[in-house]
Amino acid sequence: MTEVTMTVNGKSVSRAVRGNELLVEFLREQLRLTGTHVGCDTSQCGACNVHVNGEVVKACTMFAAEAQGAEVTTIEGMANADGSLSTIQQAFQDHHGLQCGFCTPGMVMSAAALLKDNPKPSEAEVRHHLQGNICRCTGYHNIVKAIMAASGQDVGAIAAE
Amino acid sequence: MYGFEIERPTSVADAVAALGADEAQALGGGQTLIPTLKQRLAMPSKLVALSGIAELRYVRREGDVLKIGGGTTHGTVAREAAGNFPGLAALAAKIGDPAVRNRGTIGGSLANNDPSACYPAAALACGATIVTNSREIAADDYFQGMFTTALEEGEIVTEVRFPIPEKAAYTKFEQPASRFALVGVFVAKYADGVRVAVTGASNDGVFRWSAAEEALSGSFSADAVAGLAAPDGSDMISDLHGSGAYRAHLVGVMTKRAVVAAG
Ligand SMILES: Cc1cc2nc3c(=O)[nH]c(=O)nc-3n(C[C@H](O)[C@H](O)[C@H](O)COP(=O)(O)OP(=O)(O)OC[C@H]3O[C@@H](n4cnc5c(N)ncnc54)[C@H](O)[C@@H]3O)c2cc1C
Ligand code: FES
Ligand code: FES
Repeated sequence: MTEVTMTVNGKSVSRAVRGNELLVEFLREQLRLTGTHVGCDTSQCGACNVHVNGEVVKACTMFAAEAQGAEVTTIEGMANADGSLSTIQQAFQDHHGLQCGFCTPGMVMSAAALLKDNPKPSEAEVRHHLQGNICRCTGYHNIVKAIMAASGQDVGAIAAE
Repeated sequence: MYGFEIERPTSVADAVAALGADEAQALGGGQTLIPTLKQRLAMPSKLVALSGIAELRYVRREGDVLKIGGGTTHGTVAREAAGNFPGLAALAAKIGDPAVRNRGTIGGSLANNDPSACYPAAALACGATIVTNSREIAADDYFQGMFTTALEEGEIVTEVRFPIPEKAAYTKFEQPASRFALVGVFVAKYADGVRVAVTGASNDGVFRWSAAEEALSGSFSADAVAGLAAPDGSDMISDLHGSGAYRAHLVGVMTKRAVVAAG
């Protein structure tokens, strides 16, 4: 076991981890932050996406020990300070960007990373950025719409094909 | 996964020392190795993570050469090589997805030498030099068949040196589920000739298509490639995504597109 210390959603945490303990196991099982989902466990689906030092990564494809000293943000850290939904989360609700909700935490984390670097993405850029996020329910259109709306752009023209 | 220890040194020297242990293995971005460990296809006793080594992360130009640290992520190459070598930056920007690009590294990709990976095509087409903790290896000697390279046990890729071409482009016919190359072609034009490297197609991994190199060195145009017979597909990868003959056909098509994209 190795002792790791990292900041998760603004709070410093220290725990002993196994060498082969994945970051997602650490978050879900040690910290009980179960909003980060495991969809595939094979690095394909993005349901486990979190931010490490501001960059989106697959928490199922990184070891907890490698997050030593890092700033980690999970879906539990995305709401506003008063507990209300953040702009991106609210846009997912307003534009029906989810059905079962399993992929949603990863989608929101990917969307937040995109909008940080590219505050007004085109529809094509949103779709390109979501290549590593799989959704079995929505058909993606409303997810793209929600992200465009969260960036303050008019989404009236985005058709549900 | 089997159990193992993980160590996170902060210098190349410490990493090399740690890799001296029995059954120790380097961990780059983990974007190939972690899925492999989950399938229990590897059983290291210790992983030596390179992610804590700041001296392995850089993109810098020295004269006509672009030098990239072995631990540099695909995302960083996509951003920082864009000015000096846009063809390489564009290749990096299309590897996998954003989360893969934020972890996966150039050293890991070249060490793994997946027959469908993107970077091997760039390294071979540019005649890059793969620098390790102990020596410099020319790309022409480095790639030795699928998943096989000139690297010795415990040797770390510390830098990759790309002579910057006059013109270059990579075009990838994506396998849509994984975004690896069904066939990918990197074309690089230098003052003394053109080099063409193909990934995704051959059972022997990345290779140079010499007939196209000759034709393009004479005239750098899509027409120069149009007249060539496709390379022999009988030895090429045949799987549910495409037959060898189909891949051979794509080699010609993707080469033409790369020449057009290179301008
Ligand atoms: C969903 C998904 C999509 C992908 N799509 C693509 C794609 O389109 N194109 C593409 O080319 N790749 C793709 N990849 C692979 C990705 O680029 C990997 O990052 C890369 O192949 C391995 O790099 P890594 O740093 O993650 O290495 P790791 O997975 O950590 O290691 C791979 C191997 O290299 C060794 N190693 C690592 N670093 C070094 C080093 N510096 N020196 C010596 N040995 C080292 C390890 O011991 C291991 O054997 C994809 C991966 C995923 C999960
Ligand atoms: S659970 Fe991590 S990518 Fe699917
Ligand atoms: S809403 Fe169900 S998987 Fe996306």
